[in-house]
Amino acid sequence: MSEDILATASAWRDAGESVAIATVVETWGSSPRPAGSRFAVSSAGRMAGSVSGGCIEGAVAEAAAATMANGTPQLLDFGISDESAWEVGLACGGKLKVFVEKLG
Amino acid sequence: MTPETLSRLQAAIAAKHPVALCTRLADGAQLLLPGDAADAGLSDAAAAALLADKPTQHEGWFIHPHNPALRLIIVGAVHAAQAMLPMASALGFATTVIDPRRAFATEERLPGVTISHDWPDDAMAALRPDTRSAIVTLTHDPKIDDPALDAALRSPAFYIGALGSKRTHAKRVDRLREMGHDDAAIGRIRAPIGLDIKALTAPEIGLSIMAEIIATRRGAGLAQRG
Repeated sequence: MSEDILATASAWRDAGESVAIATVVETWGSSPRPAGSRFAVSSAGRMAGSVSGGCIEGAVAEAAAATMANGTPQLLDFGISDESAWEVGLACGGKLKVFVEKLG
Repeated sequence: MTPETLSRLQAAIAAKHPVALCTRLADGAQLLLPGDAADAGLSDAAAAALLADKPTQHEGWFIHPHNPALRLIIVGAVHAAQAMLPMASALGFATTVIDPRRAFATEERLPGVTISHDWPDDAMAALRPDTRSAIVTLTHDPKIDDPALDAALRSPAFYIGALGSKRTHAKRVDRLREMGHDDAAIGRIRAPIGLDIKALTAPEIGLSIMAEIIATRRGAGLAQRG
């Protein structure tokens, strides 16, 4: 496979980094990436894959730092109508949920 | 995800075993199905997700199917095949090229590609194309293309395409009828092959074919022919 995010994440972990994996679990409207899309981020700031067209990866990476530190998974909500903790809108007007978990 | 779950998932993917990674969103607990113990409802939902090849949710679980890669079987190690192969890999297809003409089907012309030098009837019998397979014939040579198309039409492949002009295809249709295929079966063959983007060069032809394969796979209107 050309886009094996799990293999990439696994290699980072083997190299001694903390790694979190984010997965799109639900979408509404015109979200650019479908459920199942993965994005991996490491404690050194490496990133692979995507959960959007690039609009929310930064916020996901920020949230992932907490999951890497304490091991607790998170379910993040993103959407243009979402006024809560995440001040990140999707220009496309879509909404999505992203599950973030620590690898290992 | 525990390292153990990750390595079991990667082992299933490497062994081409369909498996669904099920994650309980409340706490991150994970199961691999089929395989792990689960209640019937979750097992059934995982089986359905694998069949549909589409992630879904069931009572608080996210079900993420991991099916073996789609397969692309190309008959004819011609220039267009060389141009298509890197695109197909980037699009996630596992590729095989069949060409009994050893001068064409060389490792040098097709680096890193699985090559079969068998005649297409034998090669196709060994490959057993399934509903996740696309078959493309590119040689223009009836001796090579016809037996491949004969086998393709007897398979449930989701895409069958044959390179050649309308005239070439009309003659091909006659030969396939003589081989016992009816019009409904022959109608499965995409010919002339590829989306009509006025492709001229080998990479353009490769792009038009790959685009038609994706359009067919996704049920896009572009894939429909009048």
